[in-house]
Amino acid sequence: MTSPLVVTGLSKSFTMHLQDGVELPVVQGVTFTLEAGRCAVLGGPSGAGKSSILKMVYGNYSVDRGSIMVAHRGQFVDVATATPRVVLGVRRDTIGYVSQFLRVVPRVSALDVVAEPLISRGEDASAARPRAQEMLARLNLPERLWLLPPATFSGGEQQRVNIARGFITDHPILLLDEPTASLDVNNRQVVINLIAEKKAAGVAMLGIFHDHDVRDAVADSILDVTSFAAGKVAA
Amino acid sequence: MTASNNLTHEGAPTMAGATYNFAYLDEQTKRMIRRAILKAIAIPGYQVPFASREMPMPYGWGTGGVQVTASIIGPDDVLKVIDQGADDTTNAVSIRAFFQKVANVAVTTRTHEATIIQTRHRIPETPLKSGQVLVYQVPIPEPLRFLEPRETETRTMHALEEYGLMHVKLYEDIARHGYIAKTYAYPVKVEDRYVMDPSPIPKFDNPKMHMSEALQLFGAGREKRIYAIPPHTKVVSLDFEDHPFEVQKFSEPCAICGSRGIYLDEVILDDRGGHMFVCSDTDFCEEQRNEH
Amino acid sequence: MNIDDDAPLLTVNGVGKRYGNRIGCADVSFDLWPGEVLAIVGESGSGKTTLLNCLSTRLEPDAGSICYRTRGGEMRDVYQMREAERRFLMRTDWGFVHQNPADGLRMTVSAGANVGERLMAVGERHYGDIRGKAIDWLGRVEIASDRVDDQPRAFSGGMRQRLQIARNLVTHPRLVFMDEPTGGLDVSVQARLLDLLRSLVAELGLSAIVVTHDLAVARLISHRMMVMKDGRVIEHGLTDRVLDDPHAPYTQLLVSSILQV
Repeated sequence: MTSPLVVTGLSKSFTMHLQDGVELPVVQGVTFTLEAGRCAVLGGPSGAGKSSILKMVYGNYSVDRGSIMVAHRGQFVDVATATPRVVLGVRRDTIGYVSQFLRVVPRVSALDVVAEPLISRGEDASAARPRAQEMLARLNLPERLWLLPPATFSGGEQQRVNIARGFITDHPILLLDEPTASLDVNNRQVVINLIAEKKAAGVAMLGIFHDHDVRDAVADSILDVTSFAAGKVAA
Repeated sequence: MTASNNLTHEGAPTMAGATYNFAYLDEQTKRMIRRAILKAIAIPGYQVPFASREMPMPYGWGTGGVQVTASIIGPDDVLKVIDQGADDTTNAVSIRAFFQKVANVAVTTRTHEATIIQTRHRIPETPLKSGQVLVYQVPIPEPLRFLEPRETETRTMHALEEYGLMHVKLYEDIARHGYIAKTYAYPVKVEDRYVMDPSPIPKFDNPKMHMSEALQLFGAGREKRIYAIPPHTKVVSLDFEDHPFEVQKFSEPCAICGSRGIYLDEVILDDRGGHMFVCSDTDFCEEQRNEH
Repeated sequence: MNIDDDAPLLTVNGVGKRYGNRIGCADVSFDLWPGEVLAIVGESGSGKTTLLNCLSTRLEPDAGSICYRTRGGEMRDVYQMREAERRFLMRTDWGFVHQNPADGLRMTVSAGANVGERLMAVGERHYGDIRGKAIDWLGRVEIASDRVDDQPRAFSGGMRQRLQIARNLVTHPRLVFMDEPTGGLDVSVQARLLDLLRSLVAELGLSAIVVTHDLAVARLISHRMMVMKDGRVIEHGLTDRVLDDPHAPYTQLLVSSILQV
């Protein structure tokens, strides 16, 4: 089976220049492989660096050492060293990201927020909107909210908009950053179903889930991030 | 128009205590202005800078036109001077008298008799012939000036043929009035190249500039510019496809000579709104009356 | 954005400009691809406006080259072009949005003529068509069509800025330079303008270079970001990478100085 994502020897630390250049190690030697149609879950306590790993894979955090090989448009690119332009291409076509928090853009309706990733991938607005409606309906977002900008929505409503936006595309790799936190049982189940459908469609997923039930329901494998704790070797 | 080394022309009049060169300007100045005129003729519509002299009249009274006339006039020329079409208004009379005094040339009010016609704000109704020179007095030579105050910029715009701004001005007219309301100093494009201000002639006269047999020279004394339209030159008034250039139309004929299709002035007769329309071109009006 | 377009639109190599002994900007190099929005951020005096002026042919640099890919597909050094070509580019293929709308508008002619000017400059001579396009563009920047004959003097700051944007976009430029486009506007007006810019840029596939000191503006509309200090680029990368994981001490200071982006 081909691996759409191969991470090898990833290390990351922050240098806090405003605090006399203190080095804040995050992780080191992160090595794992994602398989198509499977969901790997990052495990470990808060502060172990789970989110940082997702962000590095997405190109949102820089990488000190190591490589992140992504199967992108028929060839492997290393997100750790790729130019911004290549990373933007990877985000458009290959890696999707469902974050915890929606970054609200003023005046754009929930429906357009959800349809936007499809449109930016070249889909017609007339085709993208019905799919966005379908997605919002599945996540039980009241229809009266669809045409409103999500700025005034509750935390849970905003999150569901963001989940819809993240799941609507057919990216072959999906990064899930606690998508079910603060969702009610019904919607949690919707997300579990969505993940199952993605698996069936051959999408490789890497996720962080604090909720044990959800984790047990979706995880095909658990990656213990504490084994990559920075400073472990040096200590 | 031949320059002589003998600085004082034979025909120049002498007055007590003062001797003028023929046609007032010294020969070096005339040469300089002639060079500017030749360049202007070579580049139709292009404004040639020249070293405008102080003249014995204030700016705004035709100092540019007078310098052009003084530089081209010879003892055998016949001069006609009009102001708003009339030979007998103050400006016309004093400029005519000026050249009579400093060049001792023959003068006329007859358009067809004149070899040089200096004009302020009109082109005669009688079509001009080959060999005649029409000298315009120009207050502001730069057609782009009111929209672009920087001289460096307007020069660049002419050089690069960037004339979109002229249409902005016409656009504003239509937006405000529903039609192009500009009735005088209506901008033209000369020989498909330079946009030119024809001086404040009524737009009624614009078509007369096109393919004229006469040489047309423009002098702006205060602004120190000379430009020209050589005979048989294409002169097109700017417009929009859906708002084509049109000249003024008058419903009544001239109240004196009865002519139609010519430019009329409104004359107020009394304080009770009485008025009549008469030929702006006084010579033309007189000729029409003599014929009948 | 048009990722599949493989050649850069603008290639900047080693550009520098000195004012006597002082450095305006130095050794700036980058590529800009079609559809990309690049933000140049930094504090006052960091050289970002000098750089923008160099890039947009408003200020000749003393070092380096700036090459632009014309619609014909040719890479041309913008400072090797004839002035006529360069000016033509400036009013057709490029746009420039000034911080102060009065610098980019003709304040004494109507909104319609402000938008129509570029069309007339490229030879459009049908009044009805020009006016129609002007009204269409006013609508796209959310200015009511009944304001078409009003002068921008009668417009609010936000409306003026939107008018300036319409005036620039009417010829469908491929590259737009913006100098603090939201500077001097109220926060709510800013948000509206930013959203408008964001959607127009996406809809038209524009490339843009935006100078701003506001990191929130950079976050919202740019793909990539360059941080400048003392005339030099000290950090350059994906906008969210630079803002979420800033490396240079100065960038960390900038990011930590803002309330919330």
